[in-house]
Amino acid sequence: MEEKEIHAGLIIDKKKGLELLHKMILIRRFEEKSAELYTKEKIRGFLHLYIGEEAVAVGVMESLTEVDNILSTYREHGHALARGVDSGSIMAEMYGKVEGCSMGRGGSMHLFDVKKRFYGGNAIVGGHLPLAVGMGLASKKQNQPGLTCCFFGEGAIAEGEFHESMNLAALWEVPVLFLCENNWYGMGTALRFSHSVQEVEKKGAAYGVESAAVNGMDVLEVRKAAKTAVEYIRRTGKPYFLVCNTYRFRAHSMFDAELYRTKSEVESWKERDPIPTLANALVKNGQIAQADIDKIEQRVKAEVQKAVDFAEDGTFEPLEGLTKFVYTTQP
Amino acid sequence: MTNKKTVTITYREALKQGLREVLINNKKVFLMGEDVGRYGGAFAVSKGFLQEFGEDRIMDVPLSESGFVGAGIGAALGGMRPIVEVMTVNFSLLALDQIINNASTLLHMSGGQINVPVVIRMNSGIGNQLAAQHSHSWEPFYAHVPGLRVVSVGTHEDARGMLATALQSPDPVIIFEYTSLLNMESEITLDTGPLDIDKAKVRKEGKDISIITYGPGVYKALAAAEELASSGIDVEVLDLRVLNPIDNKMIMESVAKTHRVLIVEEAWRSVSVSSEIVARIMEDAFFELDIPVRRLCGIEVPIPYAKHLEDASIPQKEDIVESVLNMMQHD
Repeated sequence: MEEKEIHAGLIIDKKKGLELLHKMILIRRFEEKSAELYTKEKIRGFLHLYIGEEAVAVGVMESLTEVDNILSTYREHGHALARGVDSGSIMAEMYGKVEGCSMGRGGSMHLFDVKKRFYGGNAIVGGHLPLAVGMGLASKKQNQPGLTCCFFGEGAIAEGEFHESMNLAALWEVPVLFLCENNWYGMGTALRFSHSVQEVEKKGAAYGVESAAVNGMDVLEVRKAAKTAVEYIRRTGKPYFLVCNTYRFRAHSMFDAELYRTKSEVESWKERDPIPTLANALVKNGQIAQADIDKIEQRVKAEVQKAVDFAEDGTFEPLEGLTKFVYTTQP
Repeated sequence: MTNKKTVTITYREALKQGLREVLINNKKVFLMGEDVGRYGGAFAVSKGFLQEFGEDRIMDVPLSESGFVGAGIGAALGGMRPIVEVMTVNFSLLALDQIINNASTLLHMSGGQINVPVVIRMNSGIGNQLAAQHSHSWEPFYAHVPGLRVVSVGTHEDARGMLATALQSPDPVIIFEYTSLLNMESEITLDTGPLDIDKAKVRKEGKDISIITYGPGVYKALAAAEELASSGIDVEVLDLRVLNPIDNKMIMESVAKTHRVLIVEEAWRSVSVSSEIVARIMEDAFFELDIPVRRLCGIEVPIPYAKHLEDASIPQKEDIVESVLNMMQHD
């Protein structure tokens, strides 16, 4: 298939272009539906939407293979979907059904799928970074080929666990991709009120960790940067710190009046929406037509509906099962 | 062929033998902790191990409790069998996020997909004039948390044999070892091997009164029992050994046998292990009691440095003897 240069020297063929577009649109529509279901009280608890940040999950996941481990945050629907965790099992999880990927014990913030090496859904900011280091250590000790990719927000960088983990990963030379999604706000507090040094990628240097920052609103740029990072890790066995600068279009969670940022700021970031950015580039390059995009939208609509139906049809764990999974075997 | 011949060793040596054995028997086992390697262990438990097993299996770690405890948990997720040594229980507070938010929850939150087979050893206790920040008894803290198995090593036999069994557990095990016992000598049989981590154990049979205790309370209770025997009082000493999940059955059997209960622990009295035992006795064996249950616990004060004050802050043999004599006056 013909490859065309769509912008900034990033090469992509039509098939790959449609695939990336599909994944981003799936995440977008899946989450829009989730928000709707939240207002209908089908989904409860916390619901943190990834809308606006899709290019990061989709672009990074391109370089990862089935041998790699993934850890994520409480804003992880996008990562789970991009990793190939079944959308029905994710929706069922948010419904609290036993058919959910965590059997209804986790909800939106704790999606797990060990078959996909998807290790959560971790909701203490920064708390999963040490786990990633340990998983990398285990891979190294057992001469396993995979790396561990750990997604976290820039808020985590203020946590001690970030600094401890970067130091340990560099000290032990373990294959961990520290993947920071910088959306500029830790809940409602802007980066400039949280960090003395706001170019957070600079913090890698203190630990001797190879670091880079990339435009996280462009899936092709993320893809390229992640490829460089992953190749480095696979070649050297050492950690890498990649910062993707991105933006959350929606509120922090469903309880957020967004008093901390202006509408105009949000609007200006929406002009860089990663989905039209890719779609327009592909159209402009003559690689796809509007009809191709419409087709994706239809396919995604059916896929999301199927996930909702699966969740609706699911069942609740009987109360007798309440204390399952506290210990592997009940003492 | 079992060997019932006995050998006299220190508690430290018993711990060391148990640790060495698991390192020899399972190549997936490795020890990580502050000063476990080049220093030989803060309490010389792993002295010489770096030379014997190498850097890969005896890992010195920086002062990053949350980082390295989390890394141990991550390594367990990745298929290794890490033993994480937290130099003293006091420092484990810095790793509480990892132990409680990660180790104890992942099995449940993932709907049973993820086991966390990590063993965390902590030196603990009061009695070396180390003052308020180095003299904690955090057994009740950890015993409070579902998903953790918590064991307390009150005897040389358990020092030698509990670790091997803990390493068979698919779930996280917290092991409390005691500084005050390290140099103490006792006899164990030469064939002491893996011992269960499920059950309490009667250390001395008796018919008049049950002393229920754990950790450093065990030898104190046994010494008190010996003294009380000369007064014609036949004391039973029940070593809880396992603080979570608690062995209810053994407790109730002992209560049903003696009808009098004194609970001895070094931890502060309020919301302690003894509080829990009393409540359970009320629930399950109230009508077996001839007199109210009594408790000897740590005095509720930050542990002072001065020897006489420190001694007075935790139950001593003399206190136990006095309490038992007092309780036996009720007929």
